[in-house]
Amino acid sequence: MLMVLLVVVVLNFLMLHLAPGDIADTIAQTMGGADEQDMAELRKQYGLDQPFFIQLFNYVVKVALLDFGQSHFYNLPVFDLIMERFPATLLLVFSAQILSLFVGILLGVYAAQNPNGLSSLFVNMFSLFGYAAPVFWTGILLLIAFSLHIPIFPVSGMRDITIESGNFFVHFFDVLRHLFLPMITLASIFFAYYSRLCRASMLEVLGADFVRTAKAKGLSKKDVLLKHALKNSLSPVITFAGLSFSAVVSGAILVETVYSWPGLGTLAFNSIISRDTPVLLGILIFSTLMVTVGNLLTDLMLKALDPRIKI
Amino acid sequence: MKKHFLKTLLLTATLIFTSLGVSFAEPKKGGTLIAAVGNNPRHLNPAVQSGIVTGFPGAQLFATPIRYDNNWEPQPYLAESWEISDGGKTVKLNLVKDAVFHDGVPIKSSDVKFSLETIKKHHPFKTMFAPVVSVETPDEHTAVLKLSSPHPALMLAMSSQLMAIIPEHVYGDGQDPKTHPQNSENVVGSGPFKLVEFKSGEHIILERFDDFFIDGRPYLDKMVLKIIRDPATRTIGLENGEIDFYAFENVPTNINRLKKNANLNVTPDGYAAIGPIDWLAFNTKSGKTADVNVRRAIAYAIDRNFILKAIMLGVADEARTGIHPGSPYYEPDVEAYDIDIDKANKILDDAGYKKGSDGMRFGLNVDFGWPGLRPNAEYTKAALKKIGIDVTVRQSADFPTWAQTVSNHNFDLTWDTVFNWGDPVIGVHRTYQTSNIKKGVIWSNTQQYSNPKVDAIMEKAGVENNMDKRKALYSELQKMLANDLPVYWTNTLPYHTIYSNKVGNPPMGIWATSSPMDMTYIKE
Repeated sequence: MLMVLLVVVVLNFLMLHLAPGDIADTIAQTMGGADEQDMAELRKQYGLDQPFFIQLFNYVVKVALLDFGQSHFYNLPVFDLIMERFPATLLLVFSAQILSLFVGILLGVYAAQNPNGLSSLFVNMFSLFGYAAPVFWTGILLLIAFSLHIPIFPVSGMRDITIESGNFFVHFFDVLRHLFLPMITLASIFFAYYSRLCRASMLEVLGADFVRTAKAKGLSKKDVLLKHALKNSLSPVITFAGLSFSAVVSGAILVETVYSWPGLGTLAFNSIISRDTPVLLGILIFSTLMVTVGNLLTDLMLKALDPRIKI
Repeated sequence: MKKHFLKTLLLTATLIFTSLGVSFAEPKKGGTLIAAVGNNPRHLNPAVQSGIVTGFPGAQLFATPIRYDNNWEPQPYLAESWEISDGGKTVKLNLVKDAVFHDGVPIKSSDVKFSLETIKKHHPFKTMFAPVVSVETPDEHTAVLKLSSPHPALMLAMSSQLMAIIPEHVYGDGQDPKTHPQNSENVVGSGPFKLVEFKSGEHIILERFDDFFIDGRPYLDKMVLKIIRDPATRTIGLENGEIDFYAFENVPTNINRLKKNANLNVTPDGYAAIGPIDWLAFNTKSGKTADVNVRRAIAYAIDRNFILKAIMLGVADEARTGIHPGSPYYEPDVEAYDIDIDKANKILDDAGYKKGSDGMRFGLNVDFGWPGLRPNAEYTKAALKKIGIDVTVRQSADFPTWAQTVSNHNFDLTWDTVFNWGDPVIGVHRTYQTSNIKKGVIWSNTQQYSNPKVDAIMEKAGVENNMDKRKALYSELQKMLANDLPVYWTNTLPYHTIYSNKVGNPPMGIWATSSPMDMTYIKE
């Protein structure tokens, strides 16, 4: 785990260092121009005038001491910036992952019952559309449909800032309303994966001996499907969900940008274009942790599904 | 005849009222304006941070000594009057007597002195106050600026977001003003609105400052600035009424789409001092573009009308020089380089650039600073092929990548958008001054253009107090630049303000939202 983090830190630092331009250029951009002396001063202030290895060494030492440094762009502690936005990303990523798993499995089970039927074809087409459509395009389409023509969802943000009072439920439903479209958008990419995987796995399981035995015992169709077939066909879906967690996190960057969702994605996007290296490195470390935790949860779920699995 | 007279009278009256920024409807107090902003400000203190992104909240939080009307005339603001004497080398500001900062501390002349000194030291536009050698404070409400030479740009530099009056008792505590914690939180301003909350990447909430020094203002109770980066999302927000106001829209398709919405008003007014101009810059020191004949041939081969009609979809204005057409110093009577392919080919032939067997003479690279300028770059490739120049369009990953390429002079041609920032001394001279050829600094004289005569004219115009003489000098300058062509100017960046029908008195002065919105109100 520590080794993974060290490699992540060093590789990311190296890659960001290789990118042309630095924070002084982006500050000049936001200023509409800059003075030569000011730019040199900025580079000195942020240690960018130091040789690469000294910059890297200083950064690794700081991270080891759990100090992620100061944002060059916002002049705020990186840790505070990340912590402020982390809950929003967590909410989006987990809700999208759960939704895509739920819908994907549901569609997969449905399609597996009649693999050559029209309904199965429809499920395939629907899920493939979600997979093939670029996520920002899906986002815009949903906005046009459900914010413009049928205006039931807001276009941006995580909450309505004009709501000043109200009890917990008012704010809860407000966040839910704001979450709905970004969650659907992000989840849409993974409907295809999960539904097709679940369908294939279900088809295989449905032909297995133990399913035939269950049917012969006179169990209802529902019990055969849900208690026997589904439980045994979920392992590849859960495994894949764990593996694709990193893709969900990266998909969140685009979704957050379209919906101005105040999470790590928008912060990462801003940090990339403003060359705010400390923030970007901080986010990458957090993403690594998130993905690692996501994979750990996957392993635990797999163990719960199949006690033969040892972690 | 009578009918004609009445029409003329009505039109004149309308023009007068409009120019004063006065709406016919009675402004109403109260209400919340929901505005969108396209970028996240680094912080909210315009004294140490330039740019239109900080300018919008900055001009609401901080007052400046003067403000400007639509006709480029200075108007009282924090300074109720001013006197210019000693041939323009002494400027006395008489401050409003009962003005206070948002924490209730009176605004004094010492704050003006502190603010000017802070800006002079930390603001990137060094030319704004370069000739100011000292600020005297004979009493609490009088600040006297002493200059080493006349400086006509000073008046504009004391307006908009450019000279925010910041409290010495807050920002003079010894911390670096550029990284002061109160640039983003607990901001103590002097303007019509005070800060409630700034959530980076999310929103800025401002509320009416009850003790603002202009009685009865501001009209609005609250302003909510939502940070929405995606242009499509902003457009949908405006269309569905979730957003009341958005300034600096420059995507032609969005502008034309929003114009069709009966609930919205779309106007290009209000950006004259910001002065954004799109242009094709040449590397005048190395490569083929060092030859003025090549630059002229390229200009003749590029159809400005095509850019205006096909790329800008009719929403931008023609710009023939580096001074914005809305500026009083704009000189349209210069060599316009109207499309003439034969002439362009002849210039190149005469200069010795013969076509090869493949019909090409030589190759050039074209870069572009912003994604919105990609169509210009693509068009350049197509246009220059007609005169035998093989153009490669170079895509930069992002702004810093492009800035490194251009500021280190590793380019042939580049499309860019540059702002005038009010007076030519602030935003125009920097592009052409020999002394401003600074490697590694973007928006310096990256063309490496040098002409001692041009330098001399700029120096003279920079200190000329007589408006007519100054205009004549800038006219001459623009003609010389059009002849030397370090840059081929094509059009204004089509900034538009979009506001819903319920918004009254949106900022229509020369500084757009970089001016106080104390007169803006909600009709319903």
